[in-house]
Amino acid sequence: MSEVLEKQVFSLPKSLKDVPTHFCPGCHHGIIHRLVAQTIDDLKLQDISICVGSVGCSVFIYDYIDVDTLEAPHGRAPAVATGIKRARPENFVFAYQGDGDLAAIGLSEIIHCANRGERVSIVFVNNTVYGMTGGQMAPTTLVGQKTTTTPYGRSSSNEGYPLKMAEMLASLEGTAFSARVAVNNIKNIIKTKKALKKAFMAQIEDVGFGFVEVLSACPTNWHLTPLEAIERIEKEMIKYFPLGIYKDKLGDKK
Amino acid sequence: MDKNKNNKERMLVKGNEAIAIGALDAGVECYFAYPITPQSDIPEYLSRELVKVGGKFLQAESEIASINMVLGAGACGKRAMTSSSSPGISLKQEGISYMAASEIPGVIVNITRGGPGLGGIQPSQGDYFQATRGGGHGDYRTMVLAPSTCQECYDLTIAAFDLAFKYRNPVLILGDAILGQMKEPITRWKERTINPNEGNEWKLTGKKGRKQRILKSLYLGDGEMEAHNLKLWKKYKSMEQDIKWEEFLVDDAEVVAVAFGSIGRIAKSSARKLREKGYKVGVFRPITLFPFPYKPLRKLAMAGKRFITIENNTGQMVEDVKLALCGITDTEFFANMPGKVSTPEDFIEPIKKMF
Repeated sequence: MSEVLEKQVFSLPKSLKDVPTHFCPGCHHGIIHRLVAQTIDDLKLQDISICVGSVGCSVFIYDYIDVDTLEAPHGRAPAVATGIKRARPENFVFAYQGDGDLAAIGLSEIIHCANRGERVSIVFVNNTVYGMTGGQMAPTTLVGQKTTTTPYGRSSSNEGYPLKMAEMLASLEGTAFSARVAVNNIKNIIKTKKALKKAFMAQIEDVGFGFVEVLSACPTNWHLTPLEAIERIEKEMIKYFPLGIYKDKLGDKK
Repeated sequence: MDKNKNNKERMLVKGNEAIAIGALDAGVECYFAYPITPQSDIPEYLSRELVKVGGKFLQAESEIASINMVLGAGACGKRAMTSSSSPGISLKQEGISYMAASEIPGVIVNITRGGPGLGGIQPSQGDYFQATRGGGHGDYRTMVLAPSTCQECYDLTIAAFDLAFKYRNPVLILGDAILGQMKEPITRWKERTINPNEGNEWKLTGKKGRKQRILKSLYLGDGEMEAHNLKLWKKYKSMEQDIKWEEFLVDDAEVVAVAFGSIGRIAKSSARKLREKGYKVGVFRPITLFPFPYKPLRKLAMAGKRFITIENNTGQMVEDVKLALCGITDTEFFANMPGKVSTPEDFIEPIKKMF
């Protein structure tokens, strides 16, 4: 009689709460939350983390990630995170923002936060749409994409072009790490985890501002099935928003 | 600077500087602001002095960012402050609303200027409504302190930090261009102290050894927002225990001028001049504008006084005065337009008419 020794290789991260998700089927927030929680665990940051929630679907981060959290006004998370980090430099400070929050109403805050080289880390979830308010045009909505406020598709002549935040922030001196990743397949999920770790390390090692843009699905507001939504990331989003590491001062350091 | 026999420093400073010095002595640890006239002496002073005592100074990219930095630092239980002038305070209102909603303490200084719009840098009391009615969206209040001398700028800034933490609420100091820019001697009576245990029950420090803390203002659950508003309302009511006001020569006065801030002190000069001519005039000067000292003023109405409200605006505090008088009697109103620098002589004729 042979005994099978089972070794657990996958479990709930300590920093992730064991609660049912309220997010829509196929939404990628859950995957990103898990990766953030895993990274917090890996770097042993749970006890010293202060998270800044933002406005939009992302606001509920405190219901899932078990760390001290402050809710910021719409777009202001990088300024709020700055206040926290200046007040308590001994803490690990990160914000979790969506595309409307970070790239539209909060564009000034994110640029200046990055440019100051604030020792904070920002997770930016880009799903090219305002999710919580019901699918309006976001600053990252692709040209031609139909939303409830671009019913004929986003037109570059009327609404301009989708903002490429990872590239834009990489150009600033204060930014130590900037990358764009996706969670549409296993390979990209692993890369996302690595990018999050680097962005967090930029803060821990006092190198500078850390930023990770995560391309994410919103099947509900894209009017696609979860599988079609994943396909859209590969076929449409990544074409305009190329994945990659745009700045890595940690690499330079080592 | 010299020290008198009590070892207290006497200094000749601007009102703005008195506020900055008061903040230092109150133990301000973080200051975030954006330049705007006529309050820029405050960030200039603190950029020089706060870093010397280990505090954090940052000139933010905007008024909006600066109040949100105060929100962040305040959530960590630090004594945090910002200052601005009228148009800048309008921009900060969103953040002030979130601070009130999330019960985060902080001190906000408004050295007002004339408006509306860009207005000008001359004195005005045009922000009374904004200051005393919350100012931003939602049903909230900030405590409002209105100094009338440089010494009060210093004293009330110290009081503002204590009150902000007592109530876990933003406290606003409402000055104006006259007060911010004039120089007077002040006594610096307090030594800087910092209480590291302040806010221990609620502040964000990282969850080590305890449960997660969440400071937020979103309440979507059934009945949650109602309960939250009820809690806040009770808190605002409880602030009445800290009302402050000054009564100047009111005991035998037939006519009482009601005025706050710089206009309050100018009205006192008018009262002195009128008394020289035999007119029994007193001044009632609210120091907390929220909560407004309704009851003390009502007491004077019940004692048979007649009232004239004088403001450097077209009539804002006069509405609170009427609420205080409660129909027992009415108040006359004398308006100085925002932008006008008033003199004691300006108020003499309107007060005389009351006799």
